[in-house]
Amino acid sequence: MTAVTFTETGPGRRGDSFLSVQDLHVSFSTEDGVVKAVDGLSFEVEKGTTLGIVGESGSGKSVTNLAILGLHNSEHAEIGGEIWFEDQELVGASRGTLERLRGNRIAMIFQDPLTALSPFHTIGRQIGEVYRKHKGTSKREARDRAIEMLERVGIPNAKVRVDDYPHHFSGGMRQRVMIAMALVCDPALVIADEPTTALDVTVQAQILDLLKDLQDQMGTSIILITHDLGVVAQTAHNVLVMYAGRAVERGTVREVLGTPRHPYTWGLLSSVPRLGSSVDVPLKPVRGTPPSLLNPPPGCRFHPRCDYRNLVGPDLCSTEQPELSPERGHGDACYLTLQQKQEIHTQLMEGR
Amino acid sequence: MQPLLELKGLTKYFPVTGGFIFKRQVGNVHAVDGVDLKVGEGETVGLVGESGCGKSTLGRLAARLYEPTFGKVLYRGQDISTASRRELKPIRPEIQMIFQDPYSSLNPRQTVGAIISGPMEINGINPPGGHEKRVRELLETVGLNPEHYNRFPHEFSGGQRQRIGIARALALNPKLIIADEPVSALDVSIQAQVINLLQELQRDLGIAFLFIAHDLAVVRHFSQRVAVMYLGKVVEVGDRESIYLRPRHPYTHALLSAVPEATVEDEPRQRIRLAGDVPSPINPPTGCRFRTRCWKAQERCAEEAPPLIQLAGNREGHLTACHFPEAPTTSGEDVVLDPALA
Amino acid sequence: MLRFLTRRTIGAAFILLIVAAVTFFLFFAVPADPARLACGKVCPPETLAQARHNLGLDQPIFVQFVEWLAGIFVGREYEGLGHCPAPCLGYSFVNREPVFETIIDRLPVTLSLTIGASVVFLIFGIGTGIVAALKQGKPLDKIASVSSLVGASVQIYFIGTLAMYFLVFQWQVIERPRYVPLTEDPIGWAYGLMLPWVVLAIIFTANYTRMTRSTMVEQLGEDYVRTARAKGMSGRTVVMRFALRGTLTPLATIFGIDLASLIGGAIITETTFSLQGIGRLSIQSVTNSDLPMLMATVLLAAAAIVVLNVIVDALYAVIDPRVRLS
Repeated sequence: MTAVTFTETGPGRRGDSFLSVQDLHVSFSTEDGVVKAVDGLSFEVEKGTTLGIVGESGSGKSVTNLAILGLHNSEHAEIGGEIWFEDQELVGASRGTLERLRGNRIAMIFQDPLTALSPFHTIGRQIGEVYRKHKGTSKREARDRAIEMLERVGIPNAKVRVDDYPHHFSGGMRQRVMIAMALVCDPALVIADEPTTALDVTVQAQILDLLKDLQDQMGTSIILITHDLGVVAQTAHNVLVMYAGRAVERGTVREVLGTPRHPYTWGLLSSVPRLGSSVDVPLKPVRGTPPSLLNPPPGCRFHPRCDYRNLVGPDLCSTEQPELSPERGHGDACYLTLQQKQEIHTQLMEGR
Repeated sequence: MQPLLELKGLTKYFPVTGGFIFKRQVGNVHAVDGVDLKVGEGETVGLVGESGCGKSTLGRLAARLYEPTFGKVLYRGQDISTASRRELKPIRPEIQMIFQDPYSSLNPRQTVGAIISGPMEINGINPPGGHEKRVRELLETVGLNPEHYNRFPHEFSGGQRQRIGIARALALNPKLIIADEPVSALDVSIQAQVINLLQELQRDLGIAFLFIAHDLAVVRHFSQRVAVMYLGKVVEVGDRESIYLRPRHPYTHALLSAVPEATVEDEPRQRIRLAGDVPSPINPPTGCRFRTRCWKAQERCAEEAPPLIQLAGNREGHLTACHFPEAPTTSGEDVVLDPALA
Repeated sequence: MLRFLTRRTIGAAFILLIVAAVTFFLFFAVPADPARLACGKVCPPETLAQARHNLGLDQPIFVQFVEWLAGIFVGREYEGLGHCPAPCLGYSFVNREPVFETIIDRLPVTLSLTIGASVVFLIFGIGTGIVAALKQGKPLDKIASVSSLVGASVQIYFIGTLAMYFLVFQWQVIERPRYVPLTEDPIGWAYGLMLPWVVLAIIFTANYTRMTRSTMVEQLGEDYVRTARAKGMSGRTVVMRFALRGTLTPLATIFGIDLASLIGGAIITETTFSLQGIGRLSIQSVTNSDLPMLMATVLLAAAAIVVLNVIVDALYAVIDPRVRLS
């Protein structure tokens, strides 16, 4: 007897990426009109790696990730496109399917652990209930597992502290609890939404290292959402830069931070001072303010703030929406030629 | 030369109350504990530290929004910490504050014009050409459209609101501005606009700044001298170069090593990972306050609080409060204290 | 917790003492003479004096108050009536019965009325509140909002009287409300009080619907509720275990107030439905200038309010571990 195995691969699946987002659209209807929070976004996450999604407020980075877990209110949010995760299409998946994935195969870590943890339940219960729900274990086993996880994330005296409430912990310890809760079912993907923004810098360093360590041990993939390119540089393998609901640049950390190609990425990099940069050179901020997503500018959404659109030629930037290119590897959504990009970037870096 | 602002042994305790039947004081939050600091005329001094270190309280004490528990705030040699309202009157306009949150620090029911001209009216200042003309000038100075005189704060973005706050601080021609985390609520691309604006104003108008922030790179960029605070005390202070390139206090080392840099380094930097969080300022550790998280701590650190002094090899004015200081370099051996990372 | 309860009990006792004193002295400020009432229509001066003596009214007011107070703790001797054991609230001026026994006799009526009604309006109020919150903007939510508004704007003496007139007398769909002790006949007990329960529920449910709805909507937007969903908790668990928990604190607050006002305001309810509870008793004691009885009913109403307040405050700590009682 010959066994023929067919591997169903979704249209969006490529290579060994096990999360693939294709042409994602998320829009919310509000009293003022339709907000296009995410507009045609595609990206992939490879197994065991970290993808850093960088952008400012309103760039759509958090909205994207809530969409992966189907956490948007379906009455107000309209979601289009495809999200493939381990051979499953998540856009339009049933509630039961999503509930089985959440906390089990895909877990989330939120920005502010004080508000993200329930004030009414002990941390042991909050961690344990995820394990019980997805693994069907007894209360006893779930509690033991919670203690094990707390020890793993470096909570001292975990056997006692498992019965404490979130408000008994300091900010850094609370975020460790959140991480323990996210990892309790050994998920394949963890989405961390600004996990260190509410923390102090020394604690941030501890938490980022902890995430990296746990990733090495458990082989988890991570999507790290942040506004801080420094955080990305320290933790991510690949980077996606978002602006006003669209991806403007994509590549490895080395590519995007070392030889950035999009004017917005340049702006982000040159507007933050560094410990090693010259203090006599003024910062180079991005002009103006981010656009309203109710009425985003036509063409390239960054063009009203861009200093280089004259180099492209008349009107192209304000009429045609650029797509990420090339399709694989280090890509950017800008009409400047590669040579122009390299020259401008070299110029920008002089004197820094 | 007499410094513009001098803090001497400045201390602020906030009472903690509790008790049975009758409320009584059961302890103190040692927010600021014996801080000495000088700000020269036209000088920019940065104040860095993590949450709970007392940097914001210190700023408010210097602006005399709080009264100190002990210690003095000298402005041009005059003690303003105990001065009466009348004595303060001529000094108030010279010290202004810029706050962190551009949303809650502007009255939503007032127009931009009213917000900015408010301080002038309160202090009875009548600029030539009237308030409105001055406000329009100020709006232009901070990079806003003077035509927006009659608009309300909610019509502006966060960065623009922070500019309004800056214009309000400038209205009285201050000599000293205390900026408490002026850019930390803003988006990255907007932060740089505001920092550049503050720097221009500093240069053009010769205003001295006490610049309070948690972001070490921002403080470095803005400040000529930098003070590092930990749990209510200044642990190290000095010129920018000394603090960032030749730090001596272990905490300064730890802070610098924790800053995530937006570059992909081929050679990894010194990695210092402390254990746990900052202890509570209600019961701060005895002796050196950093000792509970310090890898060099010995018995002496618990018994004796290290004085803030100039160590051998430090530059003039570079003071460190440590019994067992580190070598003056930022590239040392890794120190990992966090048990989860070991 | 123990410290908190001790402190609050001391405070409560102090408040009750003040209420008792004020009531006592106010009673004597009113120009009605209980002795003359007790004496009868034809009242010779010596009989009046004797009546006054028997009732203890010939002593200075302050002494009377102290004796009344002492009676609660150690009992009291009455000339011609004998010993009144502690807690002695005195004898009624009107029927010479011990006040305490009358109160004990009438209390079950008021308690049955209020507690029964509470159960009904809590279940309906919180239930419709949750449903309305989950179906924001849907017809069900709107119906709940409108009906709760109607309920909130009617008064017991209005809707109660209407219900009595039409349901009981005009159409005779239900019997006159009456009180049958629960221990004797549970079904008769519930049936007898059904009408007042329903009427009270119509009025009070509204509050709970609105309160539950608005807090629930708020809670559903909280970060920790989102976390619960992100953990894969089912919709039911998210609502019942997480969001509902956050709505309990405000509900406990208004429930404490409502229960106290139901007991304190039993006068209107019991008069409307002609039930012989504490409320009716207090009205009768006022019209009869029956000082001991009046003192007892006023004190009971005050005690209900004070004690419920302490219970609600203690409940906060049970509901929300962040609340520390001090």
